[in-house]
Amino acid sequence: MARESVAVAARAAVSAEAKLALLEDLQRCPDAAAAAQRAAEWLVAHSGAERSIFAAPDHVRGALGGIAGAGVSPRQYKKLSIPLDEAGHPLVIALTNGSSISFHSARDARLPMFGDGPFTSVKVGGGGEEPALGLLLISPPIDAAPASVKWVADALGRCLTRVALPVAGFEDDDQRLRREHALLFSIINAATDPILFTNMEGQPIIANARAEMLFTAPDDVSEGRRRAVQLNNMFFSAALSRAALGEGEAGRRELLLVDPTEGSDLLFELLSTAVSDPREGTGVVSILRNITDLRQATRQIDENFARLRAAEGEIRAERDRLNLLIDSVADPIIVTDQEGEISLMNNPAERLFTTAAGSGEDAQRIVRANDAHFTSFVSGLLSTGWEITRRGEIALMDPSTGRQVPVEALAAKMLSDIGELTAIVTILHDRTEAIERTQLYEQLKTASEELEGRVRAATAELANQNELLRRQALELEQASAAKSQFLANMSHELRTPLNAILGYAAMTLQGVSGELLAPQRRNLSRIDANARHLLTLINEILDITRIEAGRMPIQVVAFNLADLVREVTTELEPIVAKSRLEVICRLGDVPIMRTDRQKVKQILVNLLSNALKFTPKGNITIKGQLQGKSTVMITVADTGIGIPKADQIKIFEDFRQVDSTPRRAYGGTGLGLSICRRLTTMLRGTLKLESRLGHGSTFTVTLPTTLKK
Amino acid sequence: MVTKNKNEPLVLVVDDFADAREMYGEYLKFCGFRVAEAQNGVEAIDKAKRLKPDLILMDLSMPVVDGWEATRRLKADSTTRDIPVVALTGHAMAGHSESAKSAGCDLVITKPCLPHDLIKEIKKVIGAGAQAAAKKRTSA
Repeated sequence: MARESVAVAARAAVSAEAKLALLEDLQRCPDAAAAAQRAAEWLVAHSGAERSIFAAPDHVRGALGGIAGAGVSPRQYKKLSIPLDEAGHPLVIALTNGSSISFHSARDARLPMFGDGPFTSVKVGGGGEEPALGLLLISPPIDAAPASVKWVADALGRCLTRVALPVAGFEDDDQRLRREHALLFSIINAATDPILFTNMEGQPIIANARAEMLFTAPDDVSEGRRRAVQLNNMFFSAALSRAALGEGEAGRRELLLVDPTEGSDLLFELLSTAVSDPREGTGVVSILRNITDLRQATRQIDENFARLRAAEGEIRAERDRLNLLIDSVADPIIVTDQEGEISLMNNPAERLFTTAAGSGEDAQRIVRANDAHFTSFVSGLLSTGWEITRRGEIALMDPSTGRQVPVEALAAKMLSDIGELTAIVTILHDRTEAIERTQLYEQLKTASEELEGRVRAATAELANQNELLRRQALELEQASAAKSQFLANMSHELRTPLNAILGYAAMTLQGVSGELLAPQRRNLSRIDANARHLLTLINEILDITRIEAGRMPIQVVAFNLADLVREVTTELEPIVAKSRLEVICRLGDVPIMRTDRQKVKQILVNLLSNALKFTPKGNITIKGQLQGKSTVMITVADTGIGIPKADQIKIFEDFRQVDSTPRRAYGGTGLGLSICRRLTTMLRGTLKLESRLGHGSTFTVTLPTTLKK
Repeated sequence: MVTKNKNEPLVLVVDDFADAREMYGEYLKFCGFRVAEAQNGVEAIDKAKRLKPDLILMDLSMPVVDGWEATRRLKADSTTRDIPVVALTGHAMAGHSESAKSAGCDLVITKPCLPHDLIKEIKKVIGAGAQAAAKKRTSA
């Protein structure tokens, strides 16, 4: 025993270097088992123990199990397993106990590996409220637990708090493997994505539940399902081989499979990686991510996106249209916010309220002034709570030209659904034109009034003139009437006394007042002759006057020329008889004449009378014949004294006979031929004379058989 | 209307011009007519009503009531309607004779008219008047 004690003591006086080495080793240890192993070995090497085991409680299994050991085989220390709920077990007690405990009877402790020998248990870790990490068991026990053992326990405790303790390694390897396997498999199975481990050709080696559903079909399923599964396998293999060939993106591709239960299409993303296992060879791990919904969602998103873009496009277009619209409005439009700041304006507004870069001081000043005026107008609307619109006139100026721009402004509040003010829209209407127009209108009105005045004056003048003309016409008419009246009166006044003269002369000559002496008879005859002459004169004067006054209306009558000639010769018969001349009538085939009979008669009477007057002896021939289709030629030819050529025009003039002296040997007034000429003219005919002094005269009257008005 | 003396018809001569009136009167008497004279239209109507002449020789242009008017009145009056009226006018215009005819004159003569010719016309008219009167008498 002494030798053992000395040995122990020698071992106890362990060197600092050995402690340092242990600490370094513990630092380097990757896990708890290794650390515990090192600690146990150090104890055996330096603290005089022959065997050392580290046991840790496995709360999962509920047992205290051996983790590491020195001086014992792993098999031996792994056999250690003491249920933790065996509260009476001395080692369990030792776990909770604070100090180290020595056990004298190994049998009691049920530690077959230690044999019969006693051992010490030193708590590792734990302190205060923390549970112990484990127990260090040393055999043979070291009395009074030298500091080194304690020290090692502390060091190990510190190390173990740093490094996790492994799950109890005291179970059976196979059990553990199986447990691990099952756990792994349940994890893989739980995945909702089909997971496959296949060979390079795609034949499944391991498949999770979801993959099984897709790629395997039990025997008792429908034909359709079997076929679906077949298809799926085909697609999958194809996809894998594509991957193997390196097509498409590395490791990612789409795979369209059929749902064997529902028959619907499923779209998967295939993520596969090659896996090399030294024992199994090369295989492929594939994960199929169901992207059907993803694909649908993507499509939906794309559609929505497209719709959104379209809507955006529309909105943009609409906005552009609106902008264009607003800009195309000739009137400035300004939108101001609730604070009165301009938030939007169209081009015409910009011209008034902004200046181009580099504009002069004047332009900027004008813009500021415009802004001020505008702002004060808008604030006028803002200040009244209840008014919605405001209309007024603002005096602005064009910044580029300096021209005055009087505008009429109409501002309106824009209200939201709940009646809140969102903005104010103002439209400015250039009143320049309106003002000009008003001025122009005024001018026009003035001019028009003036014109009207002038027109009225002119009309009045015209009316005056008309009145004057009317009066003149009236006067003329009256004058004409007076003339007619005069003629009538004259006719009457002259004839009345003449009638008396002629009457009395004739009566007395007839012997009504008694027998007459020859001289008395002769004198009365002279009175009678002169009175007749006077009467002829008066008649002719009246005729001429009437013709000149246009008071000889033409009366168209149908008559026979031969009858008329006969009438004339009959009427002048007394004179013819007295003259002792022969009157020969030669009338050809003359159609019925349609002209003024009375005037034709007068012409013939005159011509015949003249012929009778100026023919001392011989005859007078009256001829009448048709000339052409519509003209009649009447000739009165006599064998009288004739008319010298020089006088042939003269005799047609008023009061002219060849001999103008008062003593007219042949009687006549000198008016007869003049009247004839006038009358023939009225009947649209001609009067011609052929004469030779001493050989007689032939007067030719040509008349249209039908007088056309 | 009955003539007082078949052989001596009564002629009422109406003219404001004395020379003419007396001239016609003298000649008529020379030719065997009885003559009454009136100086104007009023007198003419009055005398016509009273004396009931066989013919009225009426100068148309007279003052106060002229020949036209007198003729119209005489012709309007039933008692004097049937007395023939021979009008004398110095107006040479056609209108005058027509208006005289429309006033009711049975004959219009334009002055100057020689007494000899006038008597011829008068006799014609009286003769026609007497025939008409005779017809009336037989029918009455």
